[in-house]
Amino acid sequence: MSALDLNKPVAELIDVTRTYRMGGNEVRALDGFSHSFGRGEYWAIMGSSGSGKSTLLNVLACIDRPSSGIYKVDGIDTGTLDDDALSELRSRKLGFIFQAYNLIPQLDVLENIMTPLFYQDDPPADGEQRARRLAERVGLAKRLDHRPMQLSGGQQQRVAIARALVNQPALILADEATGNLDSATALEILALFDELHAEGATIIMVTHEPDVGERAQHVMRLKDGRIENIVRGQRGAPTALRAQASGGVAS
Amino acid sequence: MKGGTLWRTVRLGVSSLLLHKLRSALTTMGVLFGVSSVIAMLAIGEGASAEAQEQIRLLGSNNIILRSIKPREDFATGSAQTTRVVSYGLTEDDLERIEKTFPGVARVVPVREIYEEVRFGDRAMNPRVMATLPVYREVTNRVVYEGRFLTDQDLERVANVCVIADTVAAYLFPVESPIGQEIKIGADYYTVVGVLMSRVRQQSDSAPAGKSTAEVFIPLETGRKWYGTMQVKMRAGSREMEEVELHEIVVEVADPKNVPFVAEACREMLRRNHKQPDYEDVVPLELLLRAEETKRIFNIVLGSIASISLLVGGIGIMNVMLATVTERTREIGIRRALGAKRRHIVTQFLVETVVLSVGGGLFGVALGLLAPWAVEYFADMRTIITPTAPIVAFAISAGIGVVFGLYPAWRAATMDPVEALRHE
Ligand SMILES: Nc1ncnc2c1ncn2[C@@H]1O[C@H](COP(=O)(O)OP(=O)(O)OP(=O)(O)O)[C@@H](O)[C@H]1O
Ligand SMILES: [Mg+2]
Repeated sequence: MSALDLNKPVAELIDVTRTYRMGGNEVRALDGFSHSFGRGEYWAIMGSSGSGKSTLLNVLACIDRPSSGIYKVDGIDTGTLDDDALSELRSRKLGFIFQAYNLIPQLDVLENIMTPLFYQDDPPADGEQRARRLAERVGLAKRLDHRPMQLSGGQQQRVAIARALVNQPALILADEATGNLDSATALEILALFDELHAEGATIIMVTHEPDVGERAQHVMRLKDGRIENIVRGQRGAPTALRAQASGGVAS
Repeated sequence: MKGGTLWRTVRLGVSSLLLHKLRSALTTMGVLFGVSSVIAMLAIGEGASAEAQEQIRLLGSNNIILRSIKPREDFATGSAQTTRVVSYGLTEDDLERIEKTFPGVARVVPVREIYEEVRFGDRAMNPRVMATLPVYREVTNRVVYEGRFLTDQDLERVANVCVIADTVAAYLFPVESPIGQEIKIGADYYTVVGVLMSRVRQQSDSAPAGKSTAEVFIPLETGRKWYGTMQVKMRAGSREMEEVELHEIVVEVADPKNVPFVAEACREMLRRNHKQPDYEDVVPLELLLRAEETKRIFNIVLGSIASISLLVGGIGIMNVMLATVTERTREIGIRRALGAKRRHIVTQFLVETVVLSVGGGLFGVALGLLAPWAVEYFADMRTIITPTAPIVAFAISAGIGVVFGLYPAWRAATMDPVEALRHE
């Protein structure tokens, strides 16, 4: 793989608009948004409430479609995909971490981690090994048969991170992933993100808190569905990325 | 879908259902009772109709049975108060007309009853003593248990021989073999030459077909010779003279197709020759047809009731599944966000519904198999469980799961993932 591959953006948005119709008037949650998120980059999306952060993340996660404009994941134009193909794309290329953990209550830790793999058309044979290794990595190897209800918030969020990594995604998305956690636990989670970034993962996280935003490589501020400003960090793409072939997260 | 995936989906469905045990259990009740009542009712229906058909067939579906019955008092041609003569019933003329003039008739068997006590040693009883022809046994499909039935020689010789039913044999001869023994009918002695299986025995375990099963047969000529047409009947204090020529005529029709026509001819002939309604006719074939018609109606009624109860059960399941889908909107959103396709969500909820209904179906089959047993035990009715009944009932319950699960599953699958995730 050449350097060209490295420069090819993981997520590319061109003039993306997402409008909501509320009675007579129209709300533009995203308004002509254009940006390319490069491979191996670690972004924090910030902005006041209602500025369109979640909307952007939902579009990036392919659970929401732009009203107009183009969104490409790994070079694939999502506008051309039907519901099934889009779902397959989610299960193969995307990892999503929610503010509310969103584990499935009737499944144990191991099953929760493996869930994205169940939905792939052609699931990998080593899925369970992968899930076990990830559980170990997030420090929950001894809790594989626990139900989400039996875990603390921080532990649940770590299961959610393992779940987001199990399909070796091209893009990891987190919407206020530390929002429900105390500061110490939040720091643990952020340390995990740092590690992933160092290994070459592409991460886009939405946050309210400036000190969380500072942990990221780049910060993007949104206002009324548009980019207000971008602050690029000093840290470049991590060396691990160059050592690796394009796409995927080592685990 | 691969086997492993389906199995995992079923397991997931079961564990989701077990989160609400009571609700799931209550939801299955509709199907449970629907299925069990289908099986139980079918078993009872089958049993009743099998019994009716067996009884009718024992009477002989080729036969027409004509019987003398005593007309009501105002018709009786009696006279004196204390000892009066009542004369009624089938006559030798009737017999002759049927025998000589009716086409399609194979054999005609007259029966005369003799009102006498039967006695052996110090044991006495009052069976139906019937004077008849040797063909009686063949025409009525009776089975010889021991010895032989009456023969033409018995008839010619006007022999004092008799054949007794096994019930009579059991009472009069509890220890010894009845064959060759002399029993007393009225004032005369008769040699027992055979034992006939009673209808009850022939019908295996079902109840007697109305008439008493205690029967004694003597040759027709012997009956004619020793007992006239005039007989005395003792009745609670008063004595009554009865004049009856023949008590029963069994008409055997060669071709079962002709049974209805011959039956109609007999009725017409009797109507013309009898001034009073002193006879009745039993046409087993007509009864059989009527029994089948009754069974058909029974099955329709039963099927409707069962369908309604299963429909109600299915609606109950659908109702609960719709509530479940709403309740688990967030879970659906999560799964969709993680890459679940619509068909995965459909399968998940459909499997859950089918698990519910099939669970209800399984317990329903179990209860449905127990119920006929209880009916047999407590109500003394015969029941038959056909092997198809539980299978059909079970298949229906699975079908209900699919039919009533489709809409809730479709609702779940078409939810907008973002909206679903926002759901509390
Ligand atoms: N389903 C919807 N229907 C109507 N309007 C919506 C809907 N979802 C979002 N919006 C509007 O779009 C705009 C952007 O919403 P979004 O959720 O992206 O904001 P946000 O930046 O994530 O805010 P917060 O920080 O509070 O989470 C808001 O004005 C919001 O009211
Ligand atoms: Mg938000």
